Amino acid sequence: MAEKEFDFSEVAMRLGVSRRTFLKFCTGVAASLGLPAASAMAMAKAVADPKRRPPVIWLHGQECTGPTEALLRSEQPSLAHLILDLISLDYHQTLDAGAGHQVEEIKKKSMRENAGKYLLVIEGAIPVKDKGIYCKIAGETMLALTHEAAEHAAAIVAYGSCASWGGVQSATPNPTGAQGAPQVLKGKPVVTIPGCPPNPANFIGTVLFFVTYGKLPPLDEKMRPKWAYGRLIHENCYRRPHFDAGRFANEFGDEGHRKGYCLYKLGCKGPETYNNCPSLEYNNVGGGVWPVGVGHPCFGCSEGGVGFTKPLFSLAVIKTHTPPNVFPEIQDRQDTGGLTAGAAALAGAAVGVAVGASAIAASKLNDKDASASGDQED
Amino acid sequence: MKRRDFLKAAAGGATALCSVGVAQARPNLEPAENAVGMLFDSTLCVGCKACVAKCKEVNNMPPVIEGDNREWDSARDLSGDTLNVIKVYKNGTAKLKDAEVNGFCFEKRSCMHCVDPGCVSVCPVTAMRRDSLTGIVTHHADVCIGCRNCMVGCPYNVPQFEYNDAFGQIQKCQMCNQAGVERIDKGQMTGCAEVCPTGATLFGSRRKLLAEAKRRMRLKPGEIYNYPRGDISKPYSYHEKAVPTYQQHVWGEKEAGGTNVMHISAVPFDRLGMPPLGERSAASIAEGVQHTLYNYMALPAIALAGLTYVVRRNTDDDEGGES
Repeated sequence: MAEKEFDFSEVAMRLGVSRRTFLKFCTGVAASLGLPAASAMAMAKAVADPKRRPPVIWLHGQECTGPTEALLRSEQPSLAHLILDLISLDYHQTLDAGAGHQVEEIKKKSMRENAGKYLLVIEGAIPVKDKGIYCKIAGETMLALTHEAAEHAAAIVAYGSCASWGGVQSATPNPTGAQGAPQVLKGKPVVTIPGCPPNPANFIGTVLFFVTYGKLPPLDEKMRPKWAYGRLIHENCYRRPHFDAGRFANEFGDEGHRKGYCLYKLGCKGPETYNNCPSLEYNNVGGGVWPVGVGHPCFGCSEGGVGFTKPLFSLAVIKTHTPPNVFPEIQDRQDTGGLTAGAAALAGAAVGVAVGASAIAASKLNDKDASASGDQED
Repeated sequence: MKRRDFLKAAAGGATALCSVGVAQARPNLEPAENAVGMLFDSTLCVGCKACVAKCKEVNNMPPVIEGDNREWDSARDLSGDTLNVIKVYKNGTAKLKDAEVNGFCFEKRSCMHCVDPGCVSVCPVTAMRRDSLTGIVTHHADVCIGCRNCMVGCPYNVPQFEYNDAFGQIQKCQMCNQAGVERIDKGQMTGCAEVCPTGATLFGSRRKLLAEAKRRMRLKPGEIYNYPRGDISKPYSYHEKAVPTYQQHVWGEKEAGGTNVMHISAVPFDRLGMPPLGERSAASIAEGVQHTLYNYMALPAIALAGLTYVVRRNTDDDEGGES
């Protein structure tokens, strides 16, 4: 315990946050990752240990720097601090104080010294048309820089939709041949954190998991961490009950829209977009601050083939209401089982009574006939 | 009565009936002048069941609970408490929307509002009626004697009896125009069409809907088409969607004399549980026979004559035997 206390006080000094704030942050990250409370301590320990801080090379391609800007504005006051101090950020074009040859030298040095140990973060799409001449940094194409940095990286993270699948510049007609990092770095595992901009929590959670356990969290087939992208927005959306009850906003500002009805008819892409926006909302701002929360349909910013591809207000393809969701089959009939047993019994009883009555009547008739003939004989 | 006499009488009666019957068969009824209906486009349906929820609200009907599910309405078919239901067609892996093989699609079950309705034809009283103006097939519980002939007379298994109620009635979709609701008379559309988010259930006049259905048949698959939602004569919104590969078949254009609620789909209708129906309505055939039997009281007269003859013969024999 004493050792831990010492570690944290050192962290507190280094990061300029209180021990309490620091543990709160780690617990929050562990909780959003779906990890038990004990993991928060392991995470805190890992972050507190300066020896385990991985060097990070951060490349920018074709993009608006939205992911970095979002990360800088994380609500926890110490978040930017932490992300800069828990990792050794050796190269980042937006945040580096230095510039020019000096910075490029540092990058090359770090990549040489930390070969096989550094974390590569790619932000922005990579143009491949005409050998990638449409995006150059320090005289080299982004395409070449990406391949160079990826060669000896311990892990590669594509941060933002542009890096994950191409983003807005890969939309038709895509004049520069923009592609995402997984498409450029074929054969290499690239973790993707899509979003435009992505939720910093999804990035920090994944990086902290990596720092703590030395491996990546479980990923889906598009290499997205399952803890963040495992569910459709439609599945956790708080407007979902309106969808199920058939209450829709028909146009912006109408009665249904003001009442917070489902935005499906306005083109919400929640039914085909995997992200945790409804449960995490955006950037810890709280208060329902994310597109659907403020009354705008989701436009599928994080989903390749949806965001920047499908028209903004066209209807989404519903994925949750496909089989095996519960629907009656074509040949299903209501009147099989249940009530029919009772109905059959009743009908049987009625038939029985009728048959019995006629049998008795018939026998009585016979008796009458018999007695009548007897009378005659007498 | 001799066997010979009996056969003679029977054959004579049957010949008389048949000859008149064939001569008097009536053609199918024509659609009502201002027939209203709905067009269900299976390729647009996303299975949200908003129409089912709205229908229960309009008709004030309780949810149907099936099996272990206690949370939501899960009716398996039409019943006294369910006037429309969305069913699923599944084949193989059920991955592709609107594909017959390894695909899935949704199909709606509700009253088709036949142009020449079987239920109206078989009703011994006038509890089932076809509105002369709108063509809506209505049910009038105040006249109904509860014989449930309409349930047998319907090719789509639509009229349903409230078996679980000691004073049960027949229930069926009345196109939201039943007493107390009268949405059509007020110039509104049906509840299900109003809430449908994709225009899969589209309300309108039969003529316009049929034209719309045929227009969709002619579109090239993959082409972007502006699909109307709600009421086709005054759609409150459109949405763009790529055209699927439609079956070149508008169910309800001709089936059994046609229906006011028509279906179109990318999956053949026999896979969607639609019954095999010819173009002649059962009502026109049956009424031809039935009405002929009672023409000029022919059947009762012949039957009475036959019976009288038999009774007379038997009585004579008996008297003869005793005397």
